[in-house]
This record gives sequence, C-alpha cells and structure tokens, in this order.
Amino acid sequence: MEIFVFDGTLEGLLTAVFECYQKKAKDVKIVSEVHHVPDVFKEAFHVISDDVKANRVWKGLAKKLDSNWMKSIYKAFLSEQPATFQDLFEFIRYIIDNQPGAEANFGNRYVLEISQMSHKVHREKHRMEAFIRFQKTADEIFYAHIEPDFNVLPLLIDHFKNRYADQKWIIYDLKRKYGLFYDLEKVEEIAFDFTAEMSPALNALPGNVLDPKEELYALLWKDYFRSVNIPARKNMKLHIRHVPKRYWKYLSEKQG
Amino acid sequence: MFERIREKLEILADAAKYDVSCSSSGSNRKNENKGLGDAEGTGICHTYTEDGRCVSLLKILLTNHCIYDCAFCVSRRSNDIKRAAFTVDEVVELTMNFYRRNYIEGLFLSSGIFKNADYTMERLVRIVKKLRTEQRFNGYIHLKTIPGASEELLKEAGLYADRMSINLEMPTETGLKLLAPEKSHDDVKKPLDYIQQTITQFSSEKALIKAVPKFVPAGQSTQMVIGATPESDKEIMHMANTFYKDFSLKRVYYSGYIPISNDSRLPVIGSQPPLIRENRLYQTDWLMRFYGFDVKEILNDAHPNLDVDIDPKLSWALRHLEQFPIDVNTADYKMIMRVPGIGVASALKIVQARKFGRLHQDQLKKIGISFNKAKHFIRYADSPLQLRDYESGHIKALILSESSSKYTRIPKNQLSIF
Ligand code: SF4
Repeated sequence: MEIFVFDGTLEGLLTAVFECYQKKAKDVKIVSEVHHVPDVFKEAFHVISDDVKANRVWKGLAKKLDSNWMKSIYKAFLSEQPATFQDLFEFIRYIIDNQPGAEANFGNRYVLEISQMSHKVHREKHRMEAFIRFQKTADEIFYAHIEPDFNVLPLLIDHFKNRYADQKWIIYDLKRKYGLFYDLEKVEEIAFDFTAEMSPALNALPGNVLDPKEELYALLWKDYFRSVNIPARKNMKLHIRHVPKRYWKYLSEKQG
Repeated sequence: MFERIREKLEILADAAKYDVSCSSSGSNRKNENKGLGDAEGTGICHTYTEDGRCVSLLKILLTNHCIYDCAFCVSRRSNDIKRAAFTVDEVVELTMNFYRRNYIEGLFLSSGIFKNADYTMERLVRIVKKLRTEQRFNGYIHLKTIPGASEELLKEAGLYADRMSINLEMPTETGLKLLAPEKSHDDVKKPLDYIQQTITQFSSEKALIKAVPKFVPAGQSTQMVIGATPESDKEIMHMANTFYKDFSLKRVYYSGYIPISNDSRLPVIGSQPPLIRENRLYQTDWLMRFYGFDVKEILNDAHPNLDVDIDPKLSWALRHLEQFPIDVNTADYKMIMRVPGIGVASALKIVQARKFGRLHQDQLKKIGISFNKAKHFIRYADSPLQLRDYESGHIKALILSESSSKYTRIPKNQLSIF
C-alpha cells in the first residue's frame, strides 16, 4: 500500500491518478494534505498538481463518460470527504481500466459510492437554491450567507445568475470563508471580514445596513408562512424530513 | 401602513390555502430579457408548511368576496368572515419582492367571483400582464380560470400564465350538485377544452413559425375535494383518468376535505380530514402516470376502494400472485417496476447493472429497493430456495409485521409516496 498526498484540489486528485499509472502502483491510499498525518515508518509520495497530467486524465474520462457522469465526479469531489477522495480515485481507475459503459455497473462499489455522493451534494445544492433567503441592503444588494456541509457555491452560480439577472447579489459561505458576488454582469469570487453584528446563527444582517422596506417583507413572509398552515393536517415528522433542523437557521419564517 | 397590507395578506392567503396544488414545474420560460426570474425546469419548494406541504408559490386570492355559495368553500357568500381585496399593484409588488428574496418560485393567483366572471378574470389578467410586460417577471405564474369568463380573456391570460387550472371540486356531478347547485362539471369542461385546443393550436403554429408566443407552457390542472361527498375511490380515479385523457391535464390534485362548516350536508367540524385516503389516491395517480398501470387494474367493480393498511401497488401484487415471483435478472423493466418496494429509479438501475452480471441480494439492497417488501415477489442470484408457495394473506401479514413503524401504527397524517 502506497500513500499519495495531494493538495486537495480536483487537479491534484487527477494528477495523482496519472502518477499512479506512471509508477505502476497497485494499492494506493490517497489523502489530502489537510488530513495527512505523517508517519515515520511509512513514506508518503507527494503529488504535485500538474495541469497537463490532470487534463490528460480528465479528457480520457470524458471520452468514456457522458457529461452527467463528468458532473457527478465534480460534485462528489466538492463533498470534500476523505473517503470520497479515495472512492473517486478508485472509480476513475475503474473507468480507465474497463471498456466504455462500465459506469452503468451499479453492482460495483465505487460506481455506487460516487453516484450516491454526487447525489448528496446535488441535494444540498438544491436545498441551498431553496432555502437561501436574501436580505436587501441599503445599497441595493441582495445578501445571504450560508454554512453548507459541502462546498456547493460553485454549483450555485448558474442558477442564481439566471434567476436574479436584474439585481446585485452576494452569497457567502461562512465555513469556507468565500463568497459569490454578482454585479449585474458577471459573478466573481469575493472574500471579506465579518463584523460581529453579522449573525451567522440567524443568517441575518444588522438592521442598520438594510433597505427600509426589508423589515416589512420579512414580516409579510412570516405572516404568509403562518397563514398557509392547515392545523388539521399538522405533521411535524414529515415537516422535519423536508426541512432538516440544521437548515432552519436560513429560513426567516422559522425565526422568532 | 404595514397593518392593512398584513391583514389583507392574512385573509387572502388563508382563503387560498385549500387549493393544494403548488407545483411550479413544467414550464420552459427562460430569463431571456435580463429581467427577474426563470421558470425553466423543475420547480423548487422554498419551504414546507408544518403539515409537510411544499411552499413554492405565493398562493393568494385577489379577493374573497364571492357571489356564489358553494357549501364546501370558506369564501361562500353566506359565510360570516372578514372580506378583503388586493389592488392590482399590491399583488404585483408582493410577488416581485418575495421573488427577489428567494422566498418563492412565483405566483398562484385565484379569486372569489366578484360581480361576475368577466369582471374578475379581467382583473386577474391585468395583474399577470403587468408582471410580464412592465416588470419583466419570468417566474412561474399559475392562474385560475374563472368559469364563465369570455374566451378572449382566457386567451389573453394564457399568453402570460405558465399554468392554468380550474377545479372540478366534487368528483361527480351528483356530488357537486348537492353542495353547489349553481355549478356543474360542464362549466369546468368548457374552458378546459378551449384552453387545451388553444395550446394545441399554438404549438402547431410554433412548429412552422418560431416567433409564436408561449401559451400556458406548463399546461392545465384540476383539483377534486375528497371525502366531502360519498364517492368511491373507483369513481374518483376513473374521473381523474378521463380528465387526464380528455384534456391532457398535467396534474389532478386530490384534496382531503377539511371541515369548515356546520352545514348538515358535510362532515362535521373537528372530524379528521381523510389524509391516508388522500395519500392512497396520489399513489394510485402515480401508478397510472409513471408505472404503466391502467386505472382498471387498480380500481374496478370487484375493488371499488383502496386499502388503508397497504399501498395500492402492494395490494395489486397480492391480488396477482400468479404473476410472481419474477427474476430481477431476466424480467422485463415494466414488470420490475410493478414489484412492491421497487421504484422507477431502482428498476432502471437494476436493468443497467444486471448487464454486468447476475445481481445478488446485497447489490439489490445497495441499489436502494425496499428489500423486505420486495423479497416476497422476486428471485435473484442468491435467493433462498423457496419451499412452499405463500398465499397473499400470509405475505401481507409478514410485510406488515416487518415494517411495523410504517403500517401498523395508524398514521394520522400523510405517508410518503411508496
Ligand atoms: S365560486 Fe369559488 S370562491 Fe366562490 S364560493 Fe364557490 S368555490 Fe368558493
């Protein structure tokens, strides 16, 4: 068993696959730098991310897999889970080593793992599309922050750009400390420091930076949520299955 | 200032909530004018009510004033309740501002009948026209068709709405006449038919000329109230089937009647709404639309009502044990979908995966089928030798005992679909 340490990027992971074939390695344990605990008795191979090598692996995959599967690889990668890095590594090798069509073999462990993990990431992307609540600031920017389990921001760009084409918006990932800013033309990555008044717990900006009508609409939305309930049908179990409690902090209608 | 609009919203959202449809999918309206919103693809539930219903649209009435007196409706003229009406601009503002904050996918606008049908429909059309043309709003719009409104108005409405709907209310004409003598199913069929024909006409023109505008791109739907009148499940689902066929409906909704009136023709206030029954009807609807079942296979003279304790697919399978077990490694895709515990997606995975070798129990479990339910109906690579044929009562008892949480405790509210 050899240990490959990579830099945590998709490029690094793909480079690792390339190196694995180069070195004719059989059993490889793949670890990202942040998770790597050096072991004095076992030397690790440090993969150096390389555009050209990564691209060759990616193009090779694209010849065998359709675009949905290529997206699944990307989504599974964004899970940032150590076990998924290993599954991806094995899945990619499995695809390379087999005839086209091997990805349909859901009897294979890695095919199933990657398909399920990409599904989970996709589900969180979808949840963010649903649960993000913008607040309008005094300078006409619609702002929201989130703390997703997975690194889903890159997957959100198209959706929000298409939908909110005529308003400026920011979606900020508090956990990973970066955000997206749409300036009516393009989406850019941004990073900034948080002040204490920005409440990560409640997904809310302090009142003094908000548009004067913001309070009204937040209130109307809360009212609306209350009036559409039909008490005779109340079923909290089903409710929580749809809106797991960890997402409640995003939902203004659930506050106070 | 805040208070008036808050009160209106409370009254007019409350009155609109009994219409259960909240779908915001099936349209193809893209944001091509750099305006606000995009209604392409599948809709999003932005939150869920405490009874687990999806909230994706701002669902309101323009007004709850009504000249009719339908016994099952909270807005009926004889009901002593607060009345309110939005202005055109209020609805436009609310929709735009909710949408901009990512609260909703769009607007579901209905109304009590104010003065007459055309007067009401004309207001509704004014709102959606303003949203589309002045505000460049591309979010989803579901608009109610007001029975009796002129064809010109319906045609104009269809140019701005993504979906239009008109409710059958009671599943049979007799039921409807009992509770709303002023109404008839024909009032519903006429506009459904007119809009359906116009959809067809627009799409055939579209094939020739590209610039033809959209017309109700997400199609039409309807709703039936369940349990207010004594129809059998067979009557309900056969009626739904007819409407799916005759008017190419996208959806039929079944809404368990929530007692809101002391009228002696109706279930008394406080009685439980028939939520399990409602769920069984939805399951049947799914079997018809996605699982290749004919309605007559599930509900017929010998079986006029759905079982409460088991879902309709299991019930069908138990009545047709002669067709089981099937071998998942060789059976037809259509037949695999009919196995209790196997859904559309798992069935597809099974037929893909089996090309790589015969499937075993652990693989089937990982693929995501409900194995404990399905195992009575299937054979697989390592299935145990079957010593004797079980009869249906025995299998049912086994399944019920193994899935105790789901079936034996009588669930008070909806179950999930399968
Ligand atoms: S016409 Fe519509 S709003 Fe008026 S009472 Fe009948 S169902 Fe209610």
